[in-house]
Amino acid sequence: MFGNLSWDAIPLNEPIPLATVLILIIGMLGLLTLVTWKGWWPYLWREWITSTDHKRIGVMYVVLALVMLLRGFADAIMMRTQLALAAGHAAGYLPPDHYNQIFSAHGTIMIFFVAMTFVIGLMNFVLPLQLGVRDVAFPVLNSVSFWLTAAGVLLVNVSLGIGEFARTGWLAYPPLSEIAYSPGVGVDYYLWSLQISGLGTLLSGINLTTTILKLRAPGMGYGRMPVFCWTALASNLLIIAAFPILTATFAMLLLDRYLGFHFFTNDSGGNPMMYVNLIWGWGHPEVYILILPAFGVFSEVIATFSGKPLFGYRSMVMATMAICVLSFLVWLHHFFTMGAGANVNAVFGVATMIIAVPTGVKVFNWLFTMYGGSIRFTTPVYWAIGFMVTFVIGGMTGVLMAIPPADFVLHNSLFLIAHFHNVIIGGVLFGAMAGYTYWFPKAFGFRLHEGLGKAVFWCWFFGFYLAFMPLYALGLMGATRRMQHYADPTWQPFMVAALVGAVVILVGIILTIVQLVVSIRTREQRRDLTGDPWNGRTLEWSISSPPPAWNFAVLPTVSGLDAFWSIKRNAAIPAKQSPLEPLRVPTHSPLGILVSFFAVILGFSLIWHIWWLAFVGLAGAVAVCLRHAWRIDLEDLVSVAEMAAHERKHQTQVSP
Amino acid sequence: MSAAVDVAHAEAPEGAPLSQRGPAPTRVVAAFGFWLFLLSDIILFAALFAAYAVLAGSTNGGPSGAELFNKRHVLYETGCLLASSFTCGMMMIAMDRRSTRLTYLWSLITAGLGALFLSLEFTEFADMIHGGNGPTRSAFLSAFFALVGTHGIHVTVGIGWLAMMVGQVATIGFAPMVVRRLFCFSLFWHALDIVWIGVFTVVYLGAYR
Amino acid sequence: MTTTRQFARHLASATGLLFSAGCSHSVLDPQGPVGTAEKLILYDATAIMLAVVIPVIVCTLLVALWFRASNKRARRRPEWEYSGRIEFVTWSIPAMIVLFLGGIAWIGSHDLDPRKPLVNVTKPVEVEVISLDWKWLFIYPQEQIATVNELVIPVDTPVRFRLTSSSVMNSFFVPQLGSQIYTMAGMTTRLNLMASHPGTFSGLSAQFSGDGFSDMRFDVRAVPPVEYQAWLISTRSRSEALDEARYARLASPSRADKPTAFGHVTQGLFESIVHRHGAADLSNPAPASESNGSF
Repeated sequence: MFGNLSWDAIPLNEPIPLATVLILIIGMLGLLTLVTWKGWWPYLWREWITSTDHKRIGVMYVVLALVMLLRGFADAIMMRTQLALAAGHAAGYLPPDHYNQIFSAHGTIMIFFVAMTFVIGLMNFVLPLQLGVRDVAFPVLNSVSFWLTAAGVLLVNVSLGIGEFARTGWLAYPPLSEIAYSPGVGVDYYLWSLQISGLGTLLSGINLTTTILKLRAPGMGYGRMPVFCWTALASNLLIIAAFPILTATFAMLLLDRYLGFHFFTNDSGGNPMMYVNLIWGWGHPEVYILILPAFGVFSEVIATFSGKPLFGYRSMVMATMAICVLSFLVWLHHFFTMGAGANVNAVFGVATMIIAVPTGVKVFNWLFTMYGGSIRFTTPVYWAIGFMVTFVIGGMTGVLMAIPPADFVLHNSLFLIAHFHNVIIGGVLFGAMAGYTYWFPKAFGFRLHEGLGKAVFWCWFFGFYLAFMPLYALGLMGATRRMQHYADPTWQPFMVAALVGAVVILVGIILTIVQLVVSIRTREQRRDLTGDPWNGRTLEWSISSPPPAWNFAVLPTVSGLDAFWSIKRNAAIPAKQSPLEPLRVPTHSPLGILVSFFAVILGFSLIWHIWWLAFVGLAGAVAVCLRHAWRIDLEDLVSVAEMAAHERKHQTQVSP
Repeated sequence: MSAAVDVAHAEAPEGAPLSQRGPAPTRVVAAFGFWLFLLSDIILFAALFAAYAVLAGSTNGGPSGAELFNKRHVLYETGCLLASSFTCGMMMIAMDRRSTRLTYLWSLITAGLGALFLSLEFTEFADMIHGGNGPTRSAFLSAFFALVGTHGIHVTVGIGWLAMMVGQVATIGFAPMVVRRLFCFSLFWHALDIVWIGVFTVVYLGAYR
Repeated sequence: MTTTRQFARHLASATGLLFSAGCSHSVLDPQGPVGTAEKLILYDATAIMLAVVIPVIVCTLLVALWFRASNKRARRRPEWEYSGRIEFVTWSIPAMIVLFLGGIAWIGSHDLDPRKPLVNVTKPVEVEVISLDWKWLFIYPQEQIATVNELVIPVDTPVRFRLTSSSVMNSFFVPQLGSQIYTMAGMTTRLNLMASHPGTFSGLSAQFSGDGFSDMRFDVRAVPPVEYQAWLISTRSRSEALDEARYARLASPSRADKPTAFGHVTQGLFESIVHRHGAADLSNPAPASESNGSF
């Protein structure tokens, strides 16, 4: 009746997960009680949960990312503490079977549910605004994408309290992840959670690519799109091309585990090396999916706060698309040590280095954007400069490991860990925080507290160096990754330093929450009345903060780059007022949350082998989709009066 | 660099290139998005093809494709699918003419041919499994069943989708939304045919190399 | 060599010594030709890249500081957004670095290919390595002895490894001797290493393999050839033999195994271990597939 599920699945004898789950349950119940008591459900349901507005969905993605940052970082602190303790004969406080789940969850959550979610959230919010249109190509699908991602998040977190998580690392290499060596539910939680959220991500990729290529304001040819749109295009093309590989590979592993297939088993002809190739065929494009939008954020931030156009726009675009294509040609550098032979290793090593060329060009172009500018040192600029300094170090260590014989002594060591945290934190996270601070006033109508924002930056900056520079050293000292304890006590001081660094970052994360609370409390002091708090250059700053549901009453006609900058410069010439026409905007839809609800049921029941319930989940999802297929009333009408009133109010605030 | 920009004006200059004419109509947007989905689906199949190519020789002491596949059977399957692509095209012509009766007729034939394809494939699979050559026998057979089976699942979903579309034509008629969806369906159905040609070539013809 | 590079090298060496002081597993304290060559590549490549990275970091900070809005002395160029000459340079510099490093990568990959035998007058010692859960088994096929979690090799003698796994993927790694290589069930990988100095070096698995992973440590003892011969003789006189039955017991999961030795090993044990996984593929008559990707 309940498949493999039994009361044993609940970790009653493991204090840490048990305590965490209890706190989470109490917290969530508290939140639900508050919402119910205050009567917020109708508002939340109509305006957020079932919203198809890209701005709302973007905000929800970012909120999800920040919440999951807490979970992923808790894992990190636990790992650092364990390693600071477990030197020589000490065993630390986390036995291997726990520690192995923690580092697997840390990687999985940080990549899939923090980094991806943050980046997709920013792209969702910003793209239609920068492109001068009203919404993405498929608004209902957008909601589905978000909720499928949330379903994946839910499943991963459920594994904390019911069952266990994978003990295989974040990529679950076979044969370790096959049923013979991982007979529990952990790998199944991992696989189903990522299959479900992966579908959401793929749909997002299709949605945003279509938006960029088919929905732009009149006059905005490709050469007039902001660079953020170009990097988002490259990122979403990579999503479309790479995520199906992940889906197929995980499907093969699931077939092995559930139906006894032999794709990657040790016997009957299975080939674990093939998994390594396939998964990195997805995995390498994935890291470019993450970093390219961050590059785009920096391009926008540096240009805006230097008061200059971005240097070398054409070059930046070509470099972006070159990185997009090249990212598919380098995957083998993740396993030089698997024994492919000198020619193959050398080719992939050289290919990897070639990617460093367009990346280097970008760094130079940012430098020359600042040159001759008039730089205002706001929080986003701190993140940008911190990025430029930090990312190049990470890039350097990456190119170092792209030399196969160098990799032979550094592969899978803490040097590798330091490298990829260097580029992901210094690149993706710094970019996400810059974007968050930069576009926050557009989303909510007031700026974040600057002083606290800078404090957050310094915590992350110093915390990062303190946490990861020791790891570069440890890698050179022969320390490998995923160790639960180590024999050499001379490594311990480095591990302790790394823990201190992690604590400094923790302070930064706490300050982010504090900054949000303080900013909300004192928002009147930092109201964004004009919609253009930074003297911006692109179209999102031409509308009110927050924008109305329809974004632009009349789509702007664009005749060059930095469209809004031109509008402001030519403000002396009065704009012709085109007559407003009633608009249709997409209405809200419960499809996303309902599909996701059934997806969670499907995933959970497949994990626990509750076949009848899985059927219910699948049937429910299909039924909900069918119901949606017959919905004809998909749009709301926005009246001319409503638009005109909004436009008048905005105009008076822009030029009082 | 830029001339006066007109905020309120919503039309692009005359003779502007396509990229500057503003947002594309819904019909174009929907079809383009669906094309992108099809491309992603083809990459999914590409990964399965790659796995098949790698594992085709790993028969674990069991029979190879040449010993298992029935050429005539495969010919009938191919015939069904290719014919169904043709009838799908006829259905689209009927849709263009807004003829419900012809649309129903050609949809029925298309679905029927698809179902015939599936039943042929089902018997092929059942025979193999009963003979002890199911997907758990060897890596080669795992790859075979996964690749050909995934295609079969796509065909099944396609038939279900077609049934749904017939329902929509019957209840809503040829509204723009329904026409868009039928167009997307036809793209899907033709794409499945193309994938089958790949399967036919790599799996069935490739076995006799 | 420019002065900058010399300086960088000296700095790197000093740092390396800092790390290696007291450590017996530092990559920067190699004890054999493979490790030494790899360390040289690390230093050279780092020095070349620092020559670009350090100026970039310095310029970033200087430019940002100089062109801050409050600096009245800075000359502003608010329309400047393109310069063909600068573009040429910004594409050329990374391209040249990559060209140079690419050359190092190409040559290094071939020179230090794990499969390439080391040239030396001494006859090589052959060792077969099997990674188990969670320990290492070393078989000396020429001597018909075996050890667990301890590898004894003669100094200045090339060691030719053939490696496989009994279960999941692992990676055989002795940081002070140089390159690591994966071990995979049903496959045979190859590695060639040599110790130039006597000593005890730490070995580990560098590919996560499960709950006992952190304990998969072993010592590599490089000893003078005379001592090696003596060790062989004393090991051969050990009573315990490694046959299929004993191997089956060894293969069951255990952690932190103490080093043991076997006085006799069944002939062809390594091949049979390789064959029992994956290559139980009779349609493919070639012996256990080598991890062979060279074209």
